[in-house]
Amino acid sequence: MSTIAPKFRLSRFVASLMNLILWILVLFTLIGLPLVFIVLFYIELPEINGELLTPYLALTWIADPSRTLPIIKSLLQTDFFRIAAFPGFGFAALLAAATIYIERKFLAKMQLRVGPLYCGKVEGILQLMSDGLKLISKEIIIPAKADKPIFWAAPLLFVGTAAALVSLIPVAPGWVVADVDVGLLAVFAVIGFFPIITVLSSWASNSKFPFIGGIRALHQMISFEIPLILSLLGIVILTGTLNLTEIVESQQHYWWIIFMPIGAIVFFITLLAELERIPFDLPEAESEIVAGWLTEFSGMMYGLVQLGSYVKLYAFAALFTILFLGGWSGPMVWPPFPQEIITEGITMGPITMKIPGLPLLDQEMLNATLWFVIKTVGVIMVILLPRGVFPRIRIDLLLHTGWYKLIGLAFVNIFIALALLYAGVLGPGGLIQ
Amino acid sequence: MTTQLPPGMQLERVDERIMTLNVGPQHPGSGHMRLIIKVDGDYIVSCDPDPGYVHRGEEKMAEYRNYIQNIPHLERPVIHDSCNILYPYCLAVEELLGIEVPERAKYIRVIASELNRCVYTLYWLSIYGIFLGHSTMFMWPMGDRELLIDLLEALSGARVTHAYFVPGGVRNDTPSNFEERCLRQVNYFEKRLKEYEDIFYQNPVLKQRTEGTGILSRMDAIRLGTTGSVLRSAGVDFDIRKKEPYDVYENLDFQSQVLKEGDSYARSRVPYLDMLESCRIIKDALKKMPKSGSVRTKLKPNPKGGNDEAYRRVESGRGALGMYVVSDNKIEPYRVKISVGSFRNMICMPYLLKGEKLGNMPAVYWSLNYWPVEADR
Repeated sequence: MSTIAPKFRLSRFVASLMNLILWILVLFTLIGLPLVFIVLFYIELPEINGELLTPYLALTWIADPSRTLPIIKSLLQTDFFRIAAFPGFGFAALLAAATIYIERKFLAKMQLRVGPLYCGKVEGILQLMSDGLKLISKEIIIPAKADKPIFWAAPLLFVGTAAALVSLIPVAPGWVVADVDVGLLAVFAVIGFFPIITVLSSWASNSKFPFIGGIRALHQMISFEIPLILSLLGIVILTGTLNLTEIVESQQHYWWIIFMPIGAIVFFITLLAELERIPFDLPEAESEIVAGWLTEFSGMMYGLVQLGSYVKLYAFAALFTILFLGGWSGPMVWPPFPQEIITEGITMGPITMKIPGLPLLDQEMLNATLWFVIKTVGVIMVILLPRGVFPRIRIDLLLHTGWYKLIGLAFVNIFIALALLYAGVLGPGGLIQ
Repeated sequence: MTTQLPPGMQLERVDERIMTLNVGPQHPGSGHMRLIIKVDGDYIVSCDPDPGYVHRGEEKMAEYRNYIQNIPHLERPVIHDSCNILYPYCLAVEELLGIEVPERAKYIRVIASELNRCVYTLYWLSIYGIFLGHSTMFMWPMGDRELLIDLLEALSGARVTHAYFVPGGVRNDTPSNFEERCLRQVNYFEKRLKEYEDIFYQNPVLKQRTEGTGILSRMDAIRLGTTGSVLRSAGVDFDIRKKEPYDVYENLDFQSQVLKEGDSYARSRVPYLDMLESCRIIKDALKKMPKSGSVRTKLKPNPKGGNDEAYRRVESGRGALGMYVVSDNKIEPYRVKISVGSFRNMICMPYLLKGEKLGNMPAVYWSLNYWPVEADR
C-alpha cells in the first residue's frame, strides 16, 4: 500500500489552519501596517460631507467606495506615489522586468531556441522571479582585500543613479517626478555619474579583471558622452528649451526624427555604448576579461547591478522617445470613461451603487501613457536587436567610432538644425513654432 | 631565502607597469588550459601557453590493451572528431597486420569522417562565435550539429563517441535508408552554411575586428610547423587528403581550400570552406559507393603484429593527425605515438599574440583551431 497522502487527522488540520492564520497576521504586521502608516503619513485626508476622514474611520473606508476613492485619489497626488510607483521607480522596474523577459524570448526566437519555458507554466513567465529569488538566496562573497564600504555602496549607487535618471522622464502631461527647467542638462549630469560608479567599484574590488573592465568602461563612456550631448544640441537649438515636457509639447505635429535623422542615429549608437550592450559590451566582455567590472559582484549585489542596468535601459529608451519620437503625443485611442457609471451608478443584482469619486484618472493621461509605453517598448526592441546580429567590437575601433565618426556626424546634425532654423522651415513662423 | 614559484604564480609589485593575467583554466575565454599573458595597458607583451591540465596518458594506456581494445579509448582526446582520430590508428594497424579493407567500407569511412569533420567544425565555430560575443553564432551551429550527429548515430549507434572505425573496415553496415537520409540532410546543411556566411563571415563588425589581426606569414607557418587550416590559411597548399590520399580520396572530386591572408579572419574561414567541401565529398562518395558488399574484414582473435612499425596520418578537423604504431610480436602494441594538429598549432600562439591588443586574444587564440584536450592527449 502506497502512502502518498497521510491519513486525515483533525488535530493536524486545525494546527495547519492556526499556522496559516499566524503567518497572515505576521505578514500583515510586518508589511501591511507599515504600508498603511506610510500612506496615512503622505496623503491629505479628504473631507466628505463636512466630516474629516480620520484613520479612526478606517473600517468605513473599506465598506464604502465613496470614501475609499477620495483616499486613493489623494494618494495618487502625493510625491511618494510618484517616486515609488507610477512615473518613478515602480513603473520603470516593471518595464525593465518585462524587457528582460522579452529579450530572452525574442533572442531565443532569433537563435532557433525556445528560451525560458517551464517556470510559471506559461512560456516561462515566472523565470525572472525565480532568478531573483536565486540571487537573493545566494551568499555575498567579497574579495579579502576589497575596499569594503565603496564596494558595498557601488551596486546601490548604480541603482540609485538609474532611478535618478528615471525621475526626470515625463510619462504623461504633468506626470513626472521632477519637472525641472533644465531637464536635459540634469539628464547629462546623471549620465556623467555612471562612469564614476563603474571606476569606483572596479577599483574597490582590488582585482585585475574588474580593473581592466572599469578602465574600459571609463574610456567608452567618456568618449561616447561627447557625441551624446552634441547629438541633442540640434533639438535644443530648435526648441529653445531644456525642459523635457516642453520638448515633447513642441512635437505635437512633427517628430524631431523627421528633421534630424542623423542626430537620432548618433544618439541611438551612443545609447547602445552607454548601456554597454552588444556590440559595445566591452566592459563586460566575458571571453576576454571574465565579466569585466562585474566579476567580483555576487548574489544580490550582482542582481542590483543588473536591475540598475535594465532600469537605465528603460530610461534611455524613454529619453529617445521623448526627444525624437514625440513622447506621449498620439491620436486619442483610449475609450472615454462611461459617464452612466457616475450618473446612474453600477447595478450589481439588487444593489445600485453610486460612486461620486470616479474617474480616478482622466482619459487624456491614460491615452498619453499608452502611447508612451508603445513607443518606448518599440525603441527597446530595436535596442535589443543588435545582440543577435553583431559580435563585440574592439576597443580601438570603438574609440575610433566615437571620436571620428560620431562627433563629425553630430556636428553635421547641428548644422542641419541651424540651416532649418535660418531657412525658416522651423522656428518662429515655420512648421513648428 | 626566496623560493622560486612556478611561472604565473609569482607575486608582483603593484606599481609595475606590466600586469600579468592568468587566462584560464577557470576563465570563460580559455579551454582546459592556461595562458599567462603579460599586458602593458591594452597591449599583450608576452603570452605563455601552459597546457597539460587534461593529460590522460592515452599513449601509455595503449600499450596495455590489444589492438581492438585500444579503439574506444583512443578516441577520447577529441570526442567530437572521433572518426578522424581513429582513422590513422586503423590505417596503421591494417598496415601492421596486413589487412585488406573492403571497397564499401572505405567509402563509408570517408563519409563518416567527413560528417565528423563537419560536426567538429560546427562545435569549433560556435565557440568562435561566442568568443567574439556573437551569441547567434553560438546557437545556430550547435543546433545544426544535431542533424549530422543524428546521421552518425544512425551509422554507429552513439551520438558522440562513435568507436565506429575498426582495423579491417567499419564496425557495422549502414542502415537501410541511410543514403537518402544523408543526402537530404547534407543538402539542407549546405543551405544553412550559406546563412552562416551572411550573418557571420560577411558581418562588417567581425571583418573589422579580425581582418589583419594575428598575421602568420607563409614562411613562419612552415617554420613553426603548423598544420591544417592554420597552414592553409597562410597560403600553403598542403591538404593530406590531396597530397597523400588514403582510402578512396583519390577517386573523389574535391579541392583543397587555401587562402593567402594568414590573419584570424582567413584562419576562421578555411574550416568553413572545408565544411562546404566536405558536403561535396559526401555527395560524391554516396554516388560512387558500391551499393552492397562486406564492410569488415574478419580478424583472428587477438591479432599479433610482427616486429614492425607503421606511421599513417590523415587530415583531421585540426590538421594532420598521425599515429605511429610499433609492434613487437605481441597482442598489444609496443608503442603508440599520437601526433596531433592541435599541439602543433598551439606553438605559434606566443608569436601571434605578441604585440596584439587584449581584445584580439580570443579571436587569435581560437582561430588557431586548437583543441586543448587533444593537445594534452
